[in-house]
Amino acid sequence: MEPLIVHEGIAALLDRTNVDTDQIIPKQFLKRVSRSGYGAFLFYDWRFLENGSDNPDFELNKQAFQGASILVAGDNFGCGSSREHAPWSILDYGFRVVVSTSFADIFYSNCFKNGILPVVIEAVDLSRLMSEIRENEGVQFKVDLAAQQLSTPKGTTVRFDVDEFRKECLLKGLDDIAWSMQFDSEISEFEEKQRSSEPWLWSS
Amino acid sequence: MAKTLYEKIWEKHLVVSKPGAVSIIYVDQHLVHEVTSPQAFEGLRLNKRRIRQPGKIIATLDHSIPTQNRHLPIPDPIAAEQVETLKKNCREHNIKLFDLSNPAQGIIHVIAPEQGFIMPGMVIVCGDSHTATHGAFGALAFGIGTSEVEHVFSTQTMQQNKSKTMRVHFDGDLPATSTAKDMTLAVIGKIGTAGGTGYVIEYTGEAVTRLSMEGRMTLCNMAIESGARAGMISPDETTFAYLKDKPNMPAGSQWDQAVAAWKQLASDFDATFDENVVISAKDIVPQVTWGTSPGQVTGIDKNVPSPDDFSDPEEQESCRKALIYMGLKGGTPMTEIAIDHVFIGSCTNSRIQDLRAAARVVNGKKVSESVTAIVVPGSGIIKEQAETEGLDKIFIKAGFQWREPGCSMCLAMNDDVLRPGDRCASTSNRNFEGRQGKGSRTHLLSPEMAAAAAISGKLVDVRFIQ
Repeated sequence: MEPLIVHEGIAALLDRTNVDTDQIIPKQFLKRVSRSGYGAFLFYDWRFLENGSDNPDFELNKQAFQGASILVAGDNFGCGSSREHAPWSILDYGFRVVVSTSFADIFYSNCFKNGILPVVIEAVDLSRLMSEIRENEGVQFKVDLAAQQLSTPKGTTVRFDVDEFRKECLLKGLDDIAWSMQFDSEISEFEEKQRSSEPWLWSS
Repeated sequence: MAKTLYEKIWEKHLVVSKPGAVSIIYVDQHLVHEVTSPQAFEGLRLNKRRIRQPGKIIATLDHSIPTQNRHLPIPDPIAAEQVETLKKNCREHNIKLFDLSNPAQGIIHVIAPEQGFIMPGMVIVCGDSHTATHGAFGALAFGIGTSEVEHVFSTQTMQQNKSKTMRVHFDGDLPATSTAKDMTLAVIGKIGTAGGTGYVIEYTGEAVTRLSMEGRMTLCNMAIESGARAGMISPDETTFAYLKDKPNMPAGSQWDQAVAAWKQLASDFDATFDENVVISAKDIVPQVTWGTSPGQVTGIDKNVPSPDDFSDPEEQESCRKALIYMGLKGGTPMTEIAIDHVFIGSCTNSRIQDLRAAARVVNGKKVSESVTAIVVPGSGIIKEQAETEGLDKIFIKAGFQWREPGCSMCLAMNDDVLRPGDRCASTSNRNFEGRQGKGSRTHLLSPEMAAAAAISGKLVDVRFIQ
């Protein structure tokens, strides 16, 4: 997992609420067996027209938002199905940070598992950030995870909260597995103990 | 201090517990299927990690496989690739796979207990939300995401915060004409689809302890539909009797030792739960869903509700939306809803007792001409047992299709898909929009009720059929 310490990039605006994971990645793409390449299908039904060409009316298709790595969206982002394909597609498309007033539980934790920082801010701050993007499409925001602060060229700074443990893992680029693997000897010790106290769990 | 079943299992499985950090708990059994595993295997490869305990994993093919014409190649190339990928991954990592050629192949939550891979006191995970099924054995069993599947592969542990506990107590006796499916639907109807969020539920009461293991699995299976992380039942003599002589069970003195340990697991009589819910078992009539979430459920003797029947504006709105999707009018008696499909199967209701119960209703009768009805046994073993008992003949003679085991029309990932507008009486677990096919309409109910609906061509009160 890529560490995220300070991230600077173009902020794209998706001013919609309750964006669900079915919209983020429609179900016809769930039968694939790989974890990579989902960026091509992100927001598929919104992003492309029936004939497969880019939908010129879809926000993220704007020229100014090409190469964006920070997604700024409305309330309750990531609701619906638990599919982890949703954060995979967001990351693969190029986003490292998603900013909203609220996220659905499972999506929120899936983001951290995949090296994406979901930033939760107040509604008043979100609307200020949204207007700054509208006034200057292609503007770059800076997100400092260590300082828990998002800042803009206009001098706006917004503080955000993040769970200490998750912050630590993201700063170090330590994925959940790497973190747990630090406890390899504790796991071995547990296994030895269980093997003698409950041998029936170890017969196969 | 008095402890609940959940607390006992939790404490026994804590590997790392540090203040301020997430806990690490050990996993005793990991179940795998073709849909949620390929990316986890890929992650292992990319990160050059190994599977820590391949002996604690079993895999099956169930979600995207066809349930007929198994002698032919799988027609859907994407499903075929998923199947081949799982086979390859199992070979490479030395994991036991119940392949389509294995006579014991079937739905993961049916075959795991059948093959003796589920024991009381275990922590069991699977990349599938209906893993809660195995709580029936007094185990802690829950569904996980694909990243977590990879985590379990690498470490044989899960990162987990302790859940709150909820006791759902069934007071009194269940009427003989009601089933475990009616009990579990009644719970969801009472507490709602988010009522269990943050909790692990333990089901208690005589109506629960009198259930067979099959019934207990049906009850726990749908714990997730109430938002709970897991559902469980304290193990007892019924549990031990089911397990004895199953393949992969300990034998001889080790069996005695295991049973002695399992007897200590039940919640202490004076243990306290964070939340208590009481349901009057004697008042549970056969349940049927009318809407697009399992919580939108009522008795077969009731009417389809109207938005005005709810006081909460959000519930009114979801009732309005559900009625439009379902093509129903508030106030219509449930028994006046005509159906055109019946599905008997799924990890909720495809076990031998379910098939026997449905066959009893069907015996000597004919499926209505307007109905297409299929029976999909949960495993090859169940299919064989049913055929030995002649149940297949009863179904086929009545006009049912008798299929090969798999998840089938529960989630319609294979070719068992309904068309837009089709209305199905289904023994499965989810009635979400589009679940059984785009635009399809699902009514969840018990196998007995599904069988009765197949014959009548409409939803019907099974109590007046026999």
